[in-house]
Amino acid sequence: MADAVNSAVPGRRRRRKSSGRRSPVQVVVQVIGELLITLGLVALLFVGWELWWTNIESNQKQEEALTSLFEEFELPAAAPSASPEANSGEENNDDAEPPVLDKPEYGETFAVVYVPRFGKDHARPVTSGVGVDVLDSLGLGHYPGTQMPGEVGNFAVAGHRQTHGQVLDLIHTLVPGDKIYVQTKDGYYTYTFRNNHIVMPDRVDVIAPVPTKPEAEPTERYLTMTACNPRYGATERIIAYAVMESWQPMSEGPPAEIAERVAEYAAAPAGSGS
Amino acid sequence: MYGWIFRHLPGPLWVRIIVSILLIAGAVLLLLQFVFPWLSQFNPLTDSTIGTIE
Repeated sequence: MADAVNSAVPGRRRRRKSSGRRSPVQVVVQVIGELLITLGLVALLFVGWELWWTNIESNQKQEEALTSLFEEFELPAAAPSASPEANSGEENNDDAEPPVLDKPEYGETFAVVYVPRFGKDHARPVTSGVGVDVLDSLGLGHYPGTQMPGEVGNFAVAGHRQTHGQVLDLIHTLVPGDKIYVQTKDGYYTYTFRNNHIVMPDRVDVIAPVPTKPEAEPTERYLTMTACNPRYGATERIIAYAVMESWQPMSEGPPAEIAERVAEYAAAPAGSGS
Repeated sequence: MYGWIFRHLPGPLWVRIIVSILLIAGAVLLLLQFVFPWLSQFNPLTDSTIGTIE
């Protein structure tokens, strides 16, 4: 016990003495050092936040946007996974003119994009506008000057490759012939992926009505997706081009490949969050 | 600096430890909620659009 008292008292005394004796230079150096360590920790925290937390936050907001969009959709009352019906629908509508949505307001979520190549559960909302507020929280943003799904011309969307839900992280894994489905309140548009294109960030002609040919008169219905390239960098942009091949109204149910995913959302409109 | 702050917190040791944890948690929350989202817009590595945005 005597030992404990002896060791405690001088220890405390020594600390007080030494802190009282420190020169102003020592104090300044220590404060600067502590601030630099703090800055380093904050930088690490920022990296963790950007690469990990923004995904969680943004994915949740996108799920919410999807469920509220599905509440607006008039899905057929019967099981929408009736694939024979869907198949016959595809053929019937080959010649019919697809319906085109009116241009939505900035910030309005109006469509869902399904890319089975990105995972069988893949579904992302499309929101009008490519501002930071749209892309950082709601996933895919529609370039306001470009056409709508099903319209002759170019339906162009942008999305993050990393961070904020990394909606287009796997864009480089698309294989020509892959299907990309777009769903609006009018129905389902089936696009077929053609090719990737890596360009510099100032190549605005990739979202022209005929991609890379700004003067040309469009005759086909394109879908263009833009994301940053390389992964974890943004010195270039990676572009994915697809062309519309068919469409079917909502009443005919979804295409077989995405039927399961659509049924999940239709069954849980109250937002199960899973 | 942090030593100085810790020594000037009121109360016994365990109270000061809890108060410092709360202060750190508050600073982290402030960073995550307000500072980082604002800082993020200047991060050139997350720019995925073509051309300039109006």
